[in-house]
Amino acid sequence: MRGLFAFVAGGLFGAGLLVSGMTDSRKVQDWLDIFGEWDPTLAFVMGGAMLPMAIAWRITRGRNPALGGFFPPKPEQRVGRNLVLGSILFGAGWGLVGLCPGPSVASLSYGGIGGVMFILSMLGGMWVAPMVRSRLDAALVTV
Amino acid sequence: MQQEWIWGLAGGGLIGIAGAVYLLINGRIMGASGIIGSVVDGTAGNQTWERVWFIAGLFLLPTILSFWVGPRDNFITDNLWAIAAAGILVGVGTRLANGCTSGHGICGMSRLSLRGFVATVFYIGAGGLSIILFKHLLRVV
Repeated sequence: MRGLFAFVAGGLFGAGLLVSGMTDSRKVQDWLDIFGEWDPTLAFVMGGAMLPMAIAWRITRGRNPALGGFFPPKPEQRVGRNLVLGSILFGAGWGLVGLCPGPSVASLSYGGIGGVMFILSMLGGMWVAPMVRSRLDAALVTV
Repeated sequence: MQQEWIWGLAGGGLIGIAGAVYLLINGRIMGASGIIGSVVDGTAGNQTWERVWFIAGLFLLPTILSFWVGPRDNFITDNLWAIAAAGILVGVGTRLANGCTSGHGICGMSRLSLRGFVATVFYIGAGGLSIILFKHLLRVV
């Protein structure tokens, strides 16, 4: 049951990415590129996605998930080095080629060799990330 | 160009409904980097299969749709060095920050999470600078 609804959610996510044009790396880059031909699409995608999500968060109040368990608690509002540094690294890569994790999987079947290359490097990066995190924590513990 | 924002809004709505299904039924936050990354580094534990199913849907439905609506392209650069560097940056960065565009951006900001807003400001800012540097100044992509 959990797998079925995860599959449905993943499918809707992928369909939404395709329909919205967000698997087209040029549209993402054009949104980030304020000195080019600026493309506002990404802002509409974010807005369109945040509305159902905001409603969903409201529904979670005083309830439990349909398949049992508990809703994820709000993280303690901690803004730390890993959040900022990680987001900067992510943004640099995102701007460079215009793909982030969701669209890279959604466009894999038609992304050609470049799409495959991106996802393999991304998986490699995700694989070494825990080591990078512990090295950072050890090196910067005194800062 | 005129209708593209409508498709953006419609597709965004689908993404938001996907996130709502994953939250209200499975009780989980739909963050692509967390779902993929935790399977890769083994931290998903007993949620591994649930996440593999999510990834399967994320791959399969656009694949089927792309046959139906005609050939698609992601129009990625053909500079393989840039692609490899970007992939590693995205992989390490999203896991270090514990989220990407979907987790911090869509799910985080819609629950008014400070971490979501801060992450989004920094990855969009870095993305904008990255474009200026690599596209306009160095012209590698």
